[in-house]
Amino acid sequence: MGDGPPSLWEWIGRNWDTGRAGSIKDLLIDHLTMSLVPILFALIVALPLGLACVRWRWLYQPASGLMNVVYALPSLPVFMLLISVTGLSQTTVIIPLAFYGVAVLLPAVVGGLDSVPDHVRQSAVAMGFSPLRRLLAVELPIAVPVVLAGLRVVAVSSISLVSVGALIGQGGLGGLFTRAYQNPFMPPVIVGIVLIVLLALIADGLLVLAQRVLTPWVRVRKGAAS
Amino acid sequence: MITFDAVTKRFPDGTVAVDDLTMEAPTGEITVLVGPSGCGKTTSLRMINRMIDASEGQILLDGVPVQSIDPPTLRRGIGYVIQQAGLFPHRKIVDNIATVPYLLGWDRKKARDRAMELLERVGLDPALAGRYPFQLSGGQQQRVGVARALAADPPVLLMDEPFSAVDPVVRTSLQEELLRLQGELNKTIVFVTHDIDEAIKLGDRVAVLRVGGRLAQLAAPKTLLSEPSDDFVREFLGHDRGIRRLQFVSTEGLRLRTDLTVRQDGGGSSEEPWRLVVDEQGGPVGWISWSRPDELEPFGTFLYGRDSMRSALDAALLSPSGCSVAVDDEGKVVGVATREALDEALAEAADG
Repeated sequence: MGDGPPSLWEWIGRNWDTGRAGSIKDLLIDHLTMSLVPILFALIVALPLGLACVRWRWLYQPASGLMNVVYALPSLPVFMLLISVTGLSQTTVIIPLAFYGVAVLLPAVVGGLDSVPDHVRQSAVAMGFSPLRRLLAVELPIAVPVVLAGLRVVAVSSISLVSVGALIGQGGLGGLFTRAYQNPFMPPVIVGIVLIVLLALIADGLLVLAQRVLTPWVRVRKGAAS
Repeated sequence: MITFDAVTKRFPDGTVAVDDLTMEAPTGEITVLVGPSGCGKTTSLRMINRMIDASEGQILLDGVPVQSIDPPTLRRGIGYVIQQAGLFPHRKIVDNIATVPYLLGWDRKKARDRAMELLERVGLDPALAGRYPFQLSGGQQQRVGVARALAADPPVLLMDEPFSAVDPVVRTSLQEELLRLQGELNKTIVFVTHDIDEAIKLGDRVAVLRVGGRLAQLAAPKTLLSEPSDDFVREFLGHDRGIRRLQFVSTEGLRLRTDLTVRQDGGGSSEEPWRLVVDEQGGPVGWISWSRPDELEPFGTFLYGRDSMRSALDAALLSPSGCSVAVDDEGKVVGVATREALDEALAEAADG
């Protein structure tokens, strides 16, 4: 007795916080780090890059083309390439994810700034806004809904993609899947999938909430249209 | 006063938008720039607040060249209204109106109080203050646009086809509102439009521009209609400029007959073919004729001394009697202008 495979809940209870590397709690924290850092990085890079692309239009095609090529690179060879520099570390996972994030966010930032109606920009100029103040007080706020829509895609895909890092032993919750190769034991797989989906849903929910707080004028618009 | 001194605008591709323009927009008056598309009217307007810089010549604002003033500073002192209002979608109406006061560093409360005052001044419900622009109709948005332009009380107002995106009924009310506001505020207004009727209605002076940015004629609307300088202006004014000129002829001296009115309770025979029935308050009810004494026929009225000859003539055409009814502010009948009286006035207008 007691030699059969443990039930799902028993397994979770036993592995949640073992104090050793590889506990579910540790994997969860790793997963969060490796998905959130790329999102932040993507935002920090894509915002100024997007602004530059709007200011100097000729920059946009090469920049977005380059980012799309990076986006198209399969992650496995990218990992292999990076291992020689950054080793089997979290950084090796974070770097490609950050670039993927920029690839999605750059068009969102440019699209958001393009969504500022020309007559609004013109009237801001005519009212006597300086270029910087116009950007901060008029153009960026109006771009927020489009940028946030892009950020939602980046957040969810980043959280999901981290698990690929398991191939180099840095997959966060993705690590739970590789064990199933060696041993057809389902609880880790179920826990991995459920936690990743939960994380994605929570991140998406927070961004939706942020959108409501930051852009009340969009929410009201939807209400008025219905 | 705004002075254009031999101003030319040549774009990098070689197009000349404005060609050697010299004119003045006097203080406290509405100067309208009108012309077909490509005549440089909007370019001329935008050179005043330096949204476009002139290639040659200079523009003076009360004697000071605008080139010598830093653009944001210059623009904060000049109200600007554009076609689609250009309101900020992410700001509430009150904050939209207070835009320039905020830029000038006014205290927030003072700026908002001023915005509320202007909201009422342009004829809008103060309850709209907390709304966002998309929740307002096109006409309301345009009024907010005017309020925003007036917020910091600039002496100069530039208006770039502000009323051309709204329907005709709203446009008429906005035009009247502007004239009423101007009566109170006496701003120096430069108004751009492609609509000659709007130009004639609003302008103290109208500058007609031709394609290529050359000034064809600058004159008071009445002069423009009676003495167009050349075929281009004549054609641009359209076919019925004789009729339109009547809107500048007052009905003040129009001869009225007071013996054609009868009370509602009837009676009072007369030799006249038509008699006007009035009610107890003295308001017009309808015309009756000899042939059909039981039927009231429609009538048309004009405000005596206030409305133009064009309105008086229009009122006459609305009634089978051929006469128009002169009323006062309270709608009481002052008298009747018969065809003979209208004829006399028209003959006088044609002479003068």
